[in-house]
Amino acid sequence: MTTATATAAAGQVGRIRYGSISRGRRRALFWSYFFLILFVIFFLTPPVYMFITSLKSSAEISAATNPWWVYHPTLSNYIDLLTQNQFLIFFRNSAIVSICVVSITMVVSIFAAFALARMRFWGSATLATGVFLTYLIPESLLFIPLFKTFAYIHDKTGIELINHWWVLIILYPTLTVPFATWLMIGYFSSIPKELDEAALIDGAGYIQMLTRIFIPVAIPGIIAAMIFSFTVSWANFLYPLAFTTSADQLVLPVGIVTTLIRGDVYAWGQIMTGALLGAAPPLIIYAFLMDYYISGLTAGATKG
Amino acid sequence: MAQVALRNIVKMFDRTPAVHGIDLDISDREFIVLVGPSGCGKTTTLRMIAGLEEATSGEIYIGDQLVNDVPPKDRDIAMVFQNYALYPHMTVFENMSFGLRLKKFPKPEIRERVQAAARILDITDLLDRRPKQLSGGQRQRVAMGRAIVRNPKVFLFDEPLSNLDAKLRVQMRTEIKKIHQTVTTTTVYVTHDQVEAMTLADRVVIMNGGRIDQIGSPHEVYHKPRTQFVAGFIGSPTMNFLPCRLLENGAGLTVRLSDWLTLPVPPSRETRYRPRVGQEMIFGLRPEHIREGRGDVPPGAAPFEARLDVVEPMGMETMVYFLVDGVEVCGRVEPAAAGTVGESMRLVADLNQMHLIDPRTELVV
Repeated sequence: MTTATATAAAGQVGRIRYGSISRGRRRALFWSYFFLILFVIFFLTPPVYMFITSLKSSAEISAATNPWWVYHPTLSNYIDLLTQNQFLIFFRNSAIVSICVVSITMVVSIFAAFALARMRFWGSATLATGVFLTYLIPESLLFIPLFKTFAYIHDKTGIELINHWWVLIILYPTLTVPFATWLMIGYFSSIPKELDEAALIDGAGYIQMLTRIFIPVAIPGIIAAMIFSFTVSWANFLYPLAFTTSADQLVLPVGIVTTLIRGDVYAWGQIMTGALLGAAPPLIIYAFLMDYYISGLTAGATKG
Repeated sequence: MAQVALRNIVKMFDRTPAVHGIDLDISDREFIVLVGPSGCGKTTTLRMIAGLEEATSGEIYIGDQLVNDVPPKDRDIAMVFQNYALYPHMTVFENMSFGLRLKKFPKPEIRERVQAAARILDITDLLDRRPKQLSGGQRQRVAMGRAIVRNPKVFLFDEPLSNLDAKLRVQMRTEIKKIHQTVTTTTVYVTHDQVEAMTLADRVVIMNGGRIDQIGSPHEVYHKPRTQFVAGFIGSPTMNFLPCRLLENGAGLTVRLSDWLTLPVPPSRETRYRPRVGQEMIFGLRPEHIREGRGDVPPGAAPFEARLDVVEPMGMETMVYFLVDGVEVCGRVEPAAAGTVGESMRLVADLNQMHLIDPRTELVV
């Protein structure tokens, strides 16, 4: 737009080129759409392929026909999977783990972020950076010491932490809490300092300030953090693979892979169906929360 | 309703002093304005009264209570912030009633108080709106409403008008004055705008570099400034300052400003100034006391001729500038009487209004 305006201004005096701004805008729109469509094709092709494959029978999948077309559509993969008790156990495990992890993460990170962003105390700035640094350690490095820790706990107390689905509720927050806290620190810091001072003068304590001012104002940030921790705990593959082994203790991502690949036989139809069904809850949750994801809620609090 | 007292208040930020031991007594129902340039410690002082900053040393009293260790919520004060600080997720009603709801006031009383405050501020129609749906002036009223409903002992205002445009600022200034006349709560108001200070205050406190330079009524600080800083800060355009020498001239005294300009000291000032004879001093005179010279010269005034350097017509009056040994001096004349640039003009200095400042102490003699 800037270029277009400049062109118009630079045109001969008395002969203003009307419409040049909209021409510039059209060009910008064209390229926006071009890249957006490219992006959509790139990211939607795998799920579309999964969906097509999930409607095929095993015979049709292995037949040398057009992979992008279903000649004999069938729902047998869906029926098989949903009537299998095992799949429903994976689903239940995943759901409980994710809900618990999101709740734990939000409680811990909101309190931690509020303290780090607002209550000045000795070392708070260093601690805030430290929280983020822990997030930078890759999980593939973390699970070995965690394994050792669990073995140590078992030796000392006799409590077995390995091969239980609920242990993931303890494990996943090591991934989600640092990032969610970091995100919330950013959100809380963007809330004008005068708001807490006004609340303090109005008679609020720290807990009231948090629950009645900070949380309502930072809802978009809280939702972003919730989406993040849900995604991590729903889709994580490495931890459940390392820490759970029995079929009834598995969560969806690992469960699908370990039970639907028998030796060198891949039940492709069911794998695709399982993956699609597994992707449904996050999709539904995102779609639902996006409506509430209204940024700019702080507009009007202060001048500007 | 309460008086406020500050006793030798010091505030250090790390090792940097922001306020150097100030004493201030504010009477019940008084409207006090703290005024001064940026970084003079006025906002820090206000925040210490509010309890948002801790005083490094000294004592703060609200009513008869020593409040140094009392948290803001228990000081029974209300504060209006420069950027309003309204809660964005609450309606105007909720914003105004927040403090009362926290203190568990009965609902009918909350409603009654909010309605009463809304009537005073003329925002009854806005009670269901959210802050982002309001204009700057309306937000400012809501911020004041939030303070009024609490019915506190003291109102604290931290530059409440500096975010408004010039026209609205004048309008809100008048309203604040009116509200204070209705509500009559002890008020401490911080501003850097000397016009706001002069128009609103019962007493003006002029701060400079973390110290109080002068406390007095607007009339007092304008006519009897205690220091050169106060003399220069209050009044617009600012007071003219010229280096001079005080000389004995027969029976009377004169101030010699330049080879071509020597002005007589009025007899009423002679005893006060006599000990300074022969010393280098600073001569101060406000632009409004340098007028056009027409007809008879009143007693205590002295006519002189000056070559005009700049002429600024303002409509109601015209500012004329001339140089005295390289220092620009401003006079305020009738538009019809103003000469043109480069011409010589006859002016009259009203020396009954002159000030003589000791350059070493910067105190007005």
